[in-house]
Amino acid sequence: MSLTAKDKEVVKAFWAKMSPKADDVGADALSRMLAVYPQTKTYFSHWKDLSPGSAPVKKHGKTVMGGVADAVSKIDDLTAGLLDLSELHAFTLRVDPANFKILSHNILVVLATVYPEDFTPEVHVALDKFLGALSRALSEKYR
Amino acid sequence: MVTWTDFERATIQDIFSKIDYDVVGSAALSRCLIVYPWTQRYFGSFGNLYNAAAISSNPRVAAHGRVVLGGLEKALQNMDDIKQAFADLSVLHSEKLQVDPDNFKLLADCLTIVVASQLGKSFTPEVHAAFAKFLAVVVAALRKQYH
Repeated sequence: MSLTAKDKEVVKAFWAKMSPKADDVGADALSRMLAVYPQTKTYFSHWKDLSPGSAPVKKHGKTVMGGVADAVSKIDDLTAGLLDLSELHAFTLRVDPANFKILSHNILVVLATVYPEDFTPEVHVALDKFLGALSRALSEKYR
Repeated sequence: MVTWTDFERATIQDIFSKIDYDVVGSAALSRCLIVYPWTQRYFGSFGNLYNAAAISSNPRVAAHGRVVLGGLEKALQNMDDIKQAFADLSVLHSEKLQVDPDNFKLLADCLTIVVASQLGKSFTPEVHAAFAKFLAVVVAALRKQYH
């Protein structure tokens, strides 16, 4: 399920449209993930406040979307482009890769609420593939 | 045994009162067939599914989307024992339709996304969590009779 040229075009075009709101999207996606999939809270026991829209959640949503932006710019070789991030997640953060799927789903749900007209099935499939490829690149160094 | 909070009950009722079953059913099923094309394997008799435009305008897909929403409404009316209410549906899906139950999650994800786009800002994380729990219970009930 690798990204076709068309997929990359669609992803880049949609990213250009949504990048002004990227931080808000990140914060909302993370808030949702913690609320809807409470097992993900186990990775953030060091935060004082895990409620939707809290300060640590907002800050971290921005960090995550910074990573996604980076991935968009490296869409032609995600594995090589995200090597450092993969090492971080594999050796330091040790996030179970199943959670990448969960966060990806929540990002897509937020996009559906914010861009109901633009988030067509065609855009959805391209983004779903992209986030899947991103997740695989992030898992690269795990074992 | 599933227990529902007052908030969850009220929220789920509210969502169903707000959505157009025809629109949501059709949109969710077509999105599933487009985003996860391998799910088309169960709809060989539905005619033209060659591309997104064909799927989105296929009347049999739309009709079947409505059937799926009818099933969800049954769950809504039997919230305190969805497992029991869905026993026959589960047998149907496993023995007659022979649907891989992993597909239920794919359709549930598409339903969530369609409802999210309909409700916009009012689909808050708390509302989303209630809806996700409802769909998880429905999916578990549908999986129950698979052996």
